[in-house]
Amino acid sequence: MKRDLLFFIAFSLLVMVAPQLFSGGYLMNVLVFVGINTMLAIALNLLLGYAGQISLGHAGFFGLGAYLSGIMTTTYSFNPWVAMPVAAIVVGCLAGLIGFPILKLKGHYLAMATLGLGIIIYIIFNETVELTGGPSGLSAIPNLKLAGIIFDSDVKNYYLIWGVTLAVMLFSLNLANSRVGRALRAVHDSEVAAQVLGVNARLLKVQIFALSAVISSLAGSLYAHTMTFISPASFGFNFSIELLTMVVIGGLGSIYGSFLGAALLTLLPEFLRGANDYDIIIYGALLMVMVMFMPGGLVRGIPALFRKIVRRKGEGGHA
Amino acid sequence: MQFDQILQYTLSGLSTGAIYALIGIGFSIIYNGTGIINFAQGEFVMLGGLLTLSCLDLLKLPLWAAIPCAVAVSTLVGALFERLAIRPLRQPTPINLVIITIGGSILIRGLAMLVWGKDTHTIPPFSGDTPIYIGGATILPQHLWIMAITLIIIVINKIYFYHTISGKAMRACSYNRRAAGLVGIDVKRMVLFSFVISSAMGAVAGIIVAPLTMTAYDVGVMLGLKGFCAAIIGGMSSGVSTVIGGLILGVLESLGAGLISSGYKDAIAFIILLLLLFIRPQGLFGKADSERV
Repeated sequence: MKRDLLFFIAFSLLVMVAPQLFSGGYLMNVLVFVGINTMLAIALNLLLGYAGQISLGHAGFFGLGAYLSGIMTTTYSFNPWVAMPVAAIVVGCLAGLIGFPILKLKGHYLAMATLGLGIIIYIIFNETVELTGGPSGLSAIPNLKLAGIIFDSDVKNYYLIWGVTLAVMLFSLNLANSRVGRALRAVHDSEVAAQVLGVNARLLKVQIFALSAVISSLAGSLYAHTMTFISPASFGFNFSIELLTMVVIGGLGSIYGSFLGAALLTLLPEFLRGANDYDIIIYGALLMVMVMFMPGGLVRGIPALFRKIVRRKGEGGHA
Repeated sequence: MQFDQILQYTLSGLSTGAIYALIGIGFSIIYNGTGIINFAQGEFVMLGGLLTLSCLDLLKLPLWAAIPCAVAVSTLVGALFERLAIRPLRQPTPINLVIITIGGSILIRGLAMLVWGKDTHTIPPFSGDTPIYIGGATILPQHLWIMAITLIIIVINKIYFYHTISGKAMRACSYNRRAAGLVGIDVKRMVLFSFVISSAMGAVAGIIVAPLTMTAYDVGVMLGLKGFCAAIIGGMSSGVSTVIGGLILGVLESLGAGLISSGYKDAIAFIILLLLLFIRPQGLFGKADSERV
């Protein structure tokens, strides 16, 4: 436990000094996205990696957060600090409501249902033109302000986003190590066994689904206020798949794995500039290769690979 | 509301419904044989259309030769997918299978984008495009082709599953894989067969619909999902109820698009899908079955 805390502090320090290492420029902007994607990957990982429930519609919750924040602050001129929690609560309630019927489904059926949900949300963004601006998007969303500081530059946004991301990480690490985390893993392994042991599996699944949606919504609101422009294209089916790829590549059931996956998939396209649209081929190949050869993700796969290479037996399955 | 209009929407809905039915049966065949929902099913639909295009344009084949060629190549891709990705999977949990078939689907789609580019392409209709008048509505000869070919495939399908040894063996696998293995059925081969049959059916669906709706590297996503929706309505059967499921979906979608709003056309299928999964996951005609959910 103490070691975990020290690791987290070291990680936070690294995050805080990172802007000094890569002073300014375009990379800062990319690192802001790494933060947002880390939050989203953690949200999906809580659901998929811990509770074992797949969602292929998380881009929808991300988009709902962004649009609710965006619409409230532009059309109805709310303060962004009010809009963000309101959006999160609305999305959380919505996910809670839909969670009851949807999480009765398992495996492939759950995957298809969440996928359908994501696509319906995406179509709504596109079609309610008078509200969302339709395919051409919503612009002039205000930046966040705090004690006289306007978060309008990459460096300021970096600290804002990563502050929230670190809080989400700490919260999720704690959750994973708590009674709830153990109950989630029990549901993952066998729902019947968990129920026999007194875990209200049905309610727990809905709660984690709602929590996951709230974190995604928060990430969406932050995205809207840092980008100041949103359009449906960012919240489609492909983005749900990208999130899934991040979680799987990083490692199911590992919070730092989600960061690793998010960082890798956000930075990768920057190195593949010339390949613009073709990065999707790499995602597909990565997904397949990871599931086939490294089902534990990079977090567990790299140490295992390392151990194999140096031909030393590992002392235990720590990751 | 005018009767002509409704007739028109229903007729065109029936032919898209037939396409959904073909794709849905492909889903069901794999699901019944293996318990896998193949998220890459739609990509075979896309491959069918685009490969036909290449056979026509590059190889200068006549249409009657191009179609079998395209089906053969798509089927080969389907078989390779099963051999290279599904079979070697060490931990075939449902989530891993979902992820690997999604990975496969993205990969195939990406490669198709590389080969055919992002433009939409057209394939000439099989026999001209002189409209045929029925009542107050018009249909194209291609609509008739779709109906006829779908019907033929369903009949062949029925004969295969009920009157041939390999078809019966495949049905045995879908009831109980272990028991099928014990009586000497090569289950692995049957799994491969199910991928072969459903990718071939997907490809045919993609080819016959291409002259009507045009085709591009990304048509597989929506067609695949709607095919799945048809299969859910039909209770994942590989027979008549999935066909009816497809037709219902096609007609509802066409009426919804025509009478309510064309923007929400795609949403209709997914709302039906969600409602069905919530209320009757065993399908519209199925008996309650707790295993299914």
